[in-house]
Amino acid sequence: MTISTVAAALLSHWRRQPLQLGALMLGLALATALWSGVQAVNAEARASYARAAAALDQNGLAHLVSPGGRSIPRDAFVRLRRAGWNVSPVLEGEYRFGATRLRVIGIEPLTMPAETRTVDLANAGDLLSFISPPGTMVVSPETAEKIRGQTDLALRVSDRMPDGAAFVDIGLAERLLRRDGELTRIVIAENQRPGLEPLGTFAPALSVREPTAQSDIEHLTESFHLNLTAFGFLAFAVGLFIVYSTIGLAFEQRRPTFRTLRCLGVSLSALAVLLLAELVLFALAAGAAGVIVGYLVASLLLPGVAATLEGLYGASVPGTLSLRPEWWLSGFAIAVAGTLVSSTQSLVRLMRVPLLAAAQPQKWGRSSRTGRRFQALAAAALLGLSGALILWADGLQAGFGVLGCLLLGASLLLPAVLSGFLTLMQRASSGALIMWFWADARQQLPGLSLALMALLLALAANVGVGTMVSSFRLTFVGWLDQRLAAELYVAARNELEADRLRAWLATKVESVLPISSVDTEIRGQPMQIFGVVDDPTYRKHWPLIVGLPDVWDRVASGEGVLVNEQFWRRERLRIGDQLDLASDWKSTVVGAYSDYGNPKGQVIAGIDALTSRYPQVSRLRYGLRVQPDQVADLRSSLSDEFGLPPDNIVDQAALKEQSRRIFDRTFLVTGALNTLTLGVAALAMFLSLLTLTEMRLPQLAPVWAMGVTRRDLAILEILRTLVLWLATFTTALPLGLALAWVLLAVVNVEAFGWRVPMHIFPYEWVRLGLVALAAAVVSMLIPLRRLAGLAPSELLKVFANER
Amino acid sequence: MESYICDIVVILAAMVIALRNLSKSYETAEGRLEVLRGIDLDLGAGDCVALTGESGSGKSTLLHLVAGLDRPDAGEILIGGRDISKLDDRGRAAYRRTEVGLVFQQFNLIPSLDVAANIAFHAKLAGRHDSAWENELVERLGVGTLLTRYPEQLSSGQQQRVAIGRTLAARPGLVLADEPTGNLDEANGDAVLDLMFSLSKGTGSTLLMVTHSHRLADRLDRQIHLRSGKIT
Repeated sequence: MTISTVAAALLSHWRRQPLQLGALMLGLALATALWSGVQAVNAEARASYARAAAALDQNGLAHLVSPGGRSIPRDAFVRLRRAGWNVSPVLEGEYRFGATRLRVIGIEPLTMPAETRTVDLANAGDLLSFISPPGTMVVSPETAEKIRGQTDLALRVSDRMPDGAAFVDIGLAERLLRRDGELTRIVIAENQRPGLEPLGTFAPALSVREPTAQSDIEHLTESFHLNLTAFGFLAFAVGLFIVYSTIGLAFEQRRPTFRTLRCLGVSLSALAVLLLAELVLFALAAGAAGVIVGYLVASLLLPGVAATLEGLYGASVPGTLSLRPEWWLSGFAIAVAGTLVSSTQSLVRLMRVPLLAAAQPQKWGRSSRTGRRFQALAAAALLGLSGALILWADGLQAGFGVLGCLLLGASLLLPAVLSGFLTLMQRASSGALIMWFWADARQQLPGLSLALMALLLALAANVGVGTMVSSFRLTFVGWLDQRLAAELYVAARNELEADRLRAWLATKVESVLPISSVDTEIRGQPMQIFGVVDDPTYRKHWPLIVGLPDVWDRVASGEGVLVNEQFWRRERLRIGDQLDLASDWKSTVVGAYSDYGNPKGQVIAGIDALTSRYPQVSRLRYGLRVQPDQVADLRSSLSDEFGLPPDNIVDQAALKEQSRRIFDRTFLVTGALNTLTLGVAALAMFLSLLTLTEMRLPQLAPVWAMGVTRRDLAILEILRTLVLWLATFTTALPLGLALAWVLLAVVNVEAFGWRVPMHIFPYEWVRLGLVALAAAVVSMLIPLRRLAGLAPSELLKVFANER
Repeated sequence: MESYICDIVVILAAMVIALRNLSKSYETAEGRLEVLRGIDLDLGAGDCVALTGESGSGKSTLLHLVAGLDRPDAGEILIGGRDISKLDDRGRAAYRRTEVGLVFQQFNLIPSLDVAANIAFHAKLAGRHDSAWENELVERLGVGTLLTRYPEQLSSGQQQRVAIGRTLAARPGLVLADEPTGNLDEANGDAVLDLMFSLSKGTGSTLLMVTHSHRLADRLDRQIHLRSGKIT
């Protein structure tokens, strides 16, 4: 007997069961697609961070930085150069070109080490135009589009530039950022002359920052990518449920073939190897399809992810995807690994079951009492572990641990919960048909439990993430109302115009709220310090989460500062803590405020305190308080008087709308993944129902024979499926709310640094319930049509003795 | 016990079966297969008749037609003077529910219900649930200790006893049995048949039983032999 003969016998099963083969391939391809799609998105984003970090931060080299984040005097650089050190100065900060805020990086092209040069200035003409007034800005094509017409500076486009940043000559940066004689960092080239005096001799106040493998943005966005990975894994697990279920049934149905083959002399090990080879073959084929679909999924998700990353972290990721060998190889690997994991139990059973044991495909899926007990125990242990993690562990990893244990524990517990519910209903019933209905539903439960567990996970994820996003949105909208209290926001184009504007506004509006800020580093973190005037607007509207009773008096007098929530939590600050804001500026924390959507830490100080330390601070932007009915007039007056472009005068409503739009765009990817996961769960349900329909005849035929019509049986089948869906949906609600709580109270705090209160949205549950119901009805259609159209001869086969 | 029998005799008084020129064929891979060819048969109320014949002679098909599980291509199935082959799906379902009791070789118990619920199931569907009668049946069938068990926890003999209990609990006018002892050993088969004959006789039901066994067929009032779809 040749291997090919045995293989042909084994493969013939799939020829007779094309639906089963389709389910296996589809489940595997979908699981691979969603997993590898998410991985592709993550890989693309990370590659983008790495490119940006290498280009903008020269993070492959060591730097000299000021420990408190303070500016470095230019003299330090001069001293180092004179001592023979091959170093190069960098000055950077944020600058607004119209409505576009750019990270301006001032470099000195003649001393910048060649290995980190993103800007090609080899041509003498290019170099001259770069360093000569009025100067040239090197930007990406997208950035060039955004700021065209907003600046008089010459623009040079480079594909190697990341979006949202501009390289300029350091002299130009000094002028733009109003930081004459200051440096942000000093890049140290790798090649240095031997025998130099130590750096500390010339710059004792500076410290060396060694090259880092991980950029700041990569570190900042780590939690987001972990979130995405968790979602991808959830979808992968839901897809694998289909694979596990199909392989289990196929093995059971082929038991007679296995028995015959073994009776004919095929060894157990040869059989196992052939089955393993068959599975790997399927995994590779489905993996290929999965990788292709994954690429499409990633292409669809990437713009949403890019929007999220920009909205939450200010990270720029290009919206195009490149095919990476490591990505598609990992897609194949995960497909094979998933198949092997899903088939382990069936293979082990094959090895253990006695040669002559009869196949029981009808009983397939029915778990043993021991198995059920073990499952319930494992569920209890996992739920207990999640509780323990909440109580005694902290950190992002612990947060995800809580989520994992909670979801897995609850899904393992689901069959027991549903079985208990159905038993109760059966006991409470008296009519024969009703009693049979509940008893039969309970009997169907094991066969459907994997699909129902997948459904539970998908529904709970939808409820949980939906509650989190909606709670966040509700809080965010309320917060916007507080934070954007000024009716109009205006930006002057230069300081001269700003002086005129202030003078003109003094008699036209109720109050003028300057929006002035400096970028700095506090406690090793990039920070913004804003200066505020003493105005009732802040006292009335500012979204404080904690503060002293006289917090605004203290801020106005310069005695204290406010910090945003993320910095407050990250640094575990308390009221009364001292902060080093600059070399000669220490202040006391007197309160904290919510500041959603801002990846950076922020400090609010009195405007006088800020301007006394930073006299050059930009004073171009203002919030204006006027009666709402005067906004339109004021807007046109401003336009007439100063000729300001529309982008420089923004009213509150437009700003809120824009913020809401950004918010909604931020969570597009979450919505897309939620929908995909729910879709896979619905598919799992559909395939399970279809598979079970094939095995339902022996259970339905006796009831039909005793006088229940096929139509009534079909109606009962619909009701049975609906009851199971409804019970699963009901179970998913508390689980989803628990998930939302963990996301809001644990994961988000760790990931973003802010905590949002949880709200309940029953309307969304109804909407989700209707979507789930529609999916249930769709998943029932084909199995039901089969059942309703069943010829009596098919049912009679169940009773036939002579077949 | 006597009072129940009287009730049933009243119910079954009109249960006379007449088959007229009954034909049935099936499409097979080899073409159309004529299974029954012009069967004519009369059964009186309370008759116990054995239907014998070789494999493929059409015994089970005839039984299924009389049970209203399938429809003939031609001919009439008159049950108490009413042609059930003219009934629609719902009508035939009502006929099976209220007038027929079926016992199969494979028992076909409902796996999700325990023994007590299985026995009561058909009677409840027929609207003739009677606890006292069921208790008596349980006692006579010797399944009193098995009531809370599920079919998969029973032996073949026990399952067939429960199947007979289920059929008779509904007090049908017509009991149709298809190789009821085919899956049982001889001793068990005899015990089950004794019970079925005794209970059928007691309730006055008409019994039509398909069997291969001449030994069993000899125990019934009458034998009808089928060969190639015809009564010989």
